[in-house]
Amino acid sequence: MSAFLGLILRDLRLALRQRADAVLTVLFFALTAMLFPFAVGPETNLLQRLAPGVVWVTALLAVLLSLERLFLADLEDGSLDLLALGTLPLELVVLAKIVAHWLTTGLPLIFATPVIALLYGLPADDIVRLIAAMCLGTPSLSLIGAIGASLTLGARRGGVLIPLLVLPLYVPTLIFGVAASEAVTAEIAVRPQLLFLGAIFLVMLLVAPLAGAAALRQALE
Amino acid sequence: MGQFEGRAVACFRGGRMVFQDLSFALAPGGAALVLGPNGSGKSSLLRLLAGLLKPAAGNLIYDGRPVAADPDLHHGRIAYLGHLNAIKAVLSVRENVATWLPGGAAASTAADAALERFGLLPLAAQPARLLSAGQRRRLALARLTARGGKIWLLDEPSVGLDRESQRSLEAVVARHRAAGGLVFLASHTAIELPDAIELNLSDHRPDRLPELIW
Repeated sequence: MSAFLGLILRDLRLALRQRADAVLTVLFFALTAMLFPFAVGPETNLLQRLAPGVVWVTALLAVLLSLERLFLADLEDGSLDLLALGTLPLELVVLAKIVAHWLTTGLPLIFATPVIALLYGLPADDIVRLIAAMCLGTPSLSLIGAIGASLTLGARRGGVLIPLLVLPLYVPTLIFGVAASEAVTAEIAVRPQLLFLGAIFLVMLLVAPLAGAAALRQALE
Repeated sequence: MGQFEGRAVACFRGGRMVFQDLSFALAPGGAALVLGPNGSGKSSLLRLLAGLLKPAAGNLIYDGRPVAADPDLHHGRIAYLGHLNAIKAVLSVRENVATWLPGGAAASTAADAALERFGLLPLAAQPARLLSAGQRRRLALARLTARGGKIWLLDEPSVGLDRESQRSLEAVVARHRAAGGLVFLASHTAIELPDAIELNLSDHRPDRLPELIW
């Protein structure tokens, strides 16, 4: 357990020293989301209708941006060899890195979401619902993304390959995430959408460390 | 401490047989010098001994039990130094060692002791990106000694080291062996390794495939 927490702390410390990476992800998210009002015009009804979809799609793209370095940095400098030979099973190494990734990517995006939501003139109730859905959905984005990041490790230009691999897998999270965020306007029940988001999270919590560790073992050979 | 044995080990990588039919046995305190020209599979052998690669044939046996039966247990015995130094440029020299050690404050003390051995203590608070190539190698060696392990696998450990550091390296290797540890060392430079057996990989080249036999 202490080795698990130690690895998370190590990754957080590295992220803190290289703040630019995390800041860029959030800036990308905010700036992209701000472009839409310029493109579609300042009509409040339309913007309110668009907001959940825009927030989810841009958050998803922002997470994609940060995925390439997830394991690549450790592979390139040889740290991955040492992690594989450490006391912590490789599955838990993957999970620890995913947790650290969410804390440095998903969590900042959630904090930036209210700002975007206000720009789109979303009422307070909808903002709360959007954030609840993001809290449940963004961990899945990190989990699924880690599978893509680990699978493309050996490949040349893996960074270009990750979106092709990961985006289709993001679709369920996107559908239920947006549905949960706009359930009131669309007059559908919120609870089932959130339950589906939770189910995706739980399945991925199990699958991602196993798949990621298997892919890393291949990459280390 | 047990005996580490390889029985008719073969390594297959990138679509070709790198070496085959390699056997050895090291008793506690033993050392093996891995020899061979570039590309003969020295690094592959060390990765294979670490358990990062699977042997294409043959068995690795530690203390009478096959290594493949419990890979995680075997990983715990290994202290591996590869070509890459696994140094994070943004962490300080001390942090680069301490993050790999268990325990908070105790890790820092243990890290300092290891840095002292390779003369890096005066630089402990500096970010690792300021280190020279030789100092990086020393930092990697300091981390290896701090982490410890029964089986040391050293891949060209002396690259970039000055003479004094090389003597420190020989000293820590000797101390490790005196405590019953094992060492596998691949190097092109002369490193003092008394009573080491030699594993010459050019003797274990696979037979050329009879391509034109028909």
